Amino acid sequence: MQKEYKTVREIKGPLVFVDGVDGASYEEIVDVKLPDGSERRGKVLEVDGDKAVLQMFESTQGVGVDGASAKFLGKTLELGVSTDMLGRVFNGTADPIDGGADIIPEKKVDINGAPINPYSREFPNSFIQTGISTIDGMNTLVRGQKLPIFSGAGLPHSRLAAQIARQAKVVGSDEPFAVVFAAMGITFEEAEYFQEQFRSTGAIENAVLFLNLANDPVVERIATPRMALTTAEYLAFEKDMHVLVILTDMTNYAEALREVSAARKEIPGRRGYPGYLYTDLSTIYERAGIVRGSKGTVTQIPILTMPEDDKTHPVPDLTGYITEGQFTLSRELHGKDIYPAVDVLGSLSRLMGKVAGKSTREDHSGVASQLFASYARGKQAKELAIVLGEEALSDADKKYAEFAEAFENRFVRQGEDEDRSLDDTIALAWELFTILPVSELKRVKEQHIEEFLPKKKEQNAEEKADETA
Amino acid sequence: MSETVTGKIRKVSGPLVVATGMKDAKIFDVVQVADQKLIGEIIELEGDVASIQVYEETSGLTPGQPVVSTGLPLSVELGPGLLDSIYDGIQRPLQEIEKAAGGPFITRGLEVPKLDRSKKWSFEPVAQEGDEVKEGDILGTVQETELIQHKVMVPPGMAGTVKSLKAGEFTIEETVAVIATEKGEKEVQMLQYWPIRRPRPVQNKQVPTVPHATGWRVLDTLFPIAKGGVGAIPGPFGAGKSVTQQALAKYMDAQVIVYIGCGERGNEMTDMLIELPELEDPETGKPLMQRTVMIANTSNMPVAAREASIYTGITIAEYYRDMGYSVALMADSTSRWAEALREMSGRLEEMPGEEGYPAYLGSRTAAFYERGGIVTCLGSDDRQGSLALVGAVSPPGGDFSEPVTQNTLRVVKVFWALDADLAAARHYPSINWLNSYSLYSKQLEGWMNENVGSDWSEMRNRMMDLLQKEGQLQEIVRLVGFDALSGEEQHILETARTIREDFLQQNAFDDIDAFTSHAKQYEMMRAIDTFYVNGTKAIERGVAPKDVFEIEVRQEIARMKGVEETKLEELKTVADKIGAAIDALQATE
Repeated sequence: MQKEYKTVREIKGPLVFVDGVDGASYEEIVDVKLPDGSERRGKVLEVDGDKAVLQMFESTQGVGVDGASAKFLGKTLELGVSTDMLGRVFNGTADPIDGGADIIPEKKVDINGAPINPYSREFPNSFIQTGISTIDGMNTLVRGQKLPIFSGAGLPHSRLAAQIARQAKVVGSDEPFAVVFAAMGITFEEAEYFQEQFRSTGAIENAVLFLNLANDPVVERIATPRMALTTAEYLAFEKDMHVLVILTDMTNYAEALREVSAARKEIPGRRGYPGYLYTDLSTIYERAGIVRGSKGTVTQIPILTMPEDDKTHPVPDLTGYITEGQFTLSRELHGKDIYPAVDVLGSLSRLMGKVAGKSTREDHSGVASQLFASYARGKQAKELAIVLGEEALSDADKKYAEFAEAFENRFVRQGEDEDRSLDDTIALAWELFTILPVSELKRVKEQHIEEFLPKKKEQNAEEKADETA
Repeated sequence: MSETVTGKIRKVSGPLVVATGMKDAKIFDVVQVADQKLIGEIIELEGDVASIQVYEETSGLTPGQPVVSTGLPLSVELGPGLLDSIYDGIQRPLQEIEKAAGGPFITRGLEVPKLDRSKKWSFEPVAQEGDEVKEGDILGTVQETELIQHKVMVPPGMAGTVKSLKAGEFTIEETVAVIATEKGEKEVQMLQYWPIRRPRPVQNKQVPTVPHATGWRVLDTLFPIAKGGVGAIPGPFGAGKSVTQQALAKYMDAQVIVYIGCGERGNEMTDMLIELPELEDPETGKPLMQRTVMIANTSNMPVAAREASIYTGITIAEYYRDMGYSVALMADSTSRWAEALREMSGRLEEMPGEEGYPAYLGSRTAAFYERGGIVTCLGSDDRQGSLALVGAVSPPGGDFSEPVTQNTLRVVKVFWALDADLAAARHYPSINWLNSYSLYSKQLEGWMNENVGSDWSEMRNRMMDLLQKEGQLQEIVRLVGFDALSGEEQHILETARTIREDFLQQNAFDDIDAFTSHAKQYEMMRAIDTFYVNGTKAIERGVAPKDVFEIEVRQEIARMKGVEETKLEELKTVADKIGAAIDALQATE
């Protein structure tokens, strides 16, 4: 039942207070009508007796206490979903902005979704090959995983995300896939970059884009990721598609949340963010995974920029507690002009242990562990060399320093269009291991050293040749 | 049962609903909110106004809708059928929710029975008709799973003469015994109730003196937890809290495990659900799931139910403790529970304490951990039961000075500090040996020396000492280099490296390495200790340090973690081989 009230009492930031409301329900959608006939959309944030607090998704500019009226629509925020959304571009509240026709929905779904029953989940276990060595080799992405990119201002996270979106595939599988892209408060140029990437590769045919740009209403951002995930869940769990969701930039999302919280005069948590930021973020990130009885999957790659590259800032911090690992970008590597500048030591894929060496090559997990350990030691050696001078390093440490250098330049560094197979990545790692003495290769199995280490391989081949001769 | 009270919704704000007309309701009563009958709990009463935390999504609720009080506090159902189950925060079986919801998503207002009402259990009486019984006495048993025999006890507060006692197949609601008490005859069923916020009574508590074997070397050797002990694992994300908790749930030698996923990842719970049925109990070969109760209230499930999940879990754990079992409870993570408290407190507009947490955070935390311990259970047989608690803490930014970590540290006796730097170097488990502590280690020394090896504590203390010294020596190395150290000091660093790499590091994903028995830990420790003690002597008599470091048999220490438990005899020879090899080294001039 729709009811209209002309009793707007107060407007404060994104909030509108309406009095004398009868029977408004929590989270109900409200259209605020201005005297000029235009409408702004909002939702009920709190009801207390006959008073309702509305959170507007659009700017409250121009809304006056007199003359405005609030129409309660009697339903919560829903998104009409359809496979026709593929190839289309929408704004942050899901109105088409590509000049195309409106979507005729196959069904309407509450954008808040519902939590997936842990009992109904299937554990993610198919390896996604992204063609990027630092990811495939050391921080493997798995279908159904949520793995964010922790970046900083000016770092190439967009290029990395676009490369993942272009190259990601499950080797030997040709099931239908889609990309759902949600932009929250990013610049026109960044959004254009993604669109261009999708267009130039033809991926746009299988992509749904939701764009809330930097100059779009801030509070609209709170709905944008939920629109995207509702679409993704529909495509995955009802249309059996493998969906990759890219959300950028989650820091802007959290700021929108903080703005609403501040306007409501809530008691702030750390750095002014609301105390429920963790819970709120989890209702976004947890909407990834695989459910029993459905062929499709939702994989999430949220992007966030860490203010001052600070990993302990509430947004990356709480994100890290929810997501299954993270790719961290390094300003130092970026400064050395190494793309994709993934800081492997600060990165982690929690699901890697479930696939590496099990559904991938058997030496995968040992190689990854060896790379981590050797690079960590190599970096330490390099730091030590700065303090004490290179001469003071032990022979082993010199080798490690050399390894770290080669690792950054050959393993981390790769072209933006370079699509390395996992085999290539692992072969490259073995090649780098030749820098180190064999006795230092403690994390890989003996038999793998015999089989894969280039020197050993040659030796073994020679021995065989000798024997046969 | 008390009268039901019906009021009306006045305000809705997230999980908080305020209702009027609730004058006769009691605090902590369970209420049904609106026509959807959402489950809630009264957390504040003022005049006829009740503040209710609702355990389900509140969207769509409207002022004026009815609120009905059930007159009962939030309780768990106790009885056979708890083990081998997975529940949400208010003990609704997730399997039943899936059936009721008809899909993978948890919808609202689902009413499902907590325990199976139709299943028949084979009840075998233990007491006899005519026996005088008091609270806690065992009336009979039910083989709940192949691993655990369920004991049906006289409910707390009841005493009298057994008038009749049945044997045979019954559902949990059927009467199995009648007890003539002073207040008349009482029927006893297998199904019993207990309010989650009230600790179950015991005769008395004792000081823990027996260790739990966890299979993790760094824990069992350096920072042991006792049966009935309480510990915390704080650490930043990615340091391995969940992996540690899960490894404990799998390999800890408790008879019953309660695992609470409180506000954590959905996939992690799924992982446990898939793995536990596949893992076997080392003694019986039965799936470990048969001794486990899981509570999963993932981060995106309603926040109020997350607050309740901790209490639901501990009440079930106490129930099995009361049967005389050693029980261990893992809560991952208590920080999410504290955040749920904070969120509700904020919505109630209470005056905040530190960082917005309510002022009662400390007392609630302490009250939770005090429910652990080793006790003499109710009942005339004076049986002992224990309940160990291990809570993960997720400090923002890995900063241990925040309120949840600090309030926890005030009450727990074991502190396993996870370290981000160790995790980044892939040193797992990344438990920092310099910051962590166990206040039980002195209490448990006696048991270890008696049951594992008489020189256990001596070697253990030497190992700790070496690790402490390593920290100091490394500072010096950073300034002047390794070669500036004396031979003995170099040997300390070398031994400490062996301790770190070959003893403390352990791979939770490797079949053999994932669990190490006390006996095997002892042999590994003995090998390293011999390397250190004999090596020091050799260097003192003039052997070049390098010769000691590079002896061939040292490789065997590194290989020990990969040797199966069944080949203990082989491991026993390593220490002697190392000793002999070092003693044979010639002094150089």
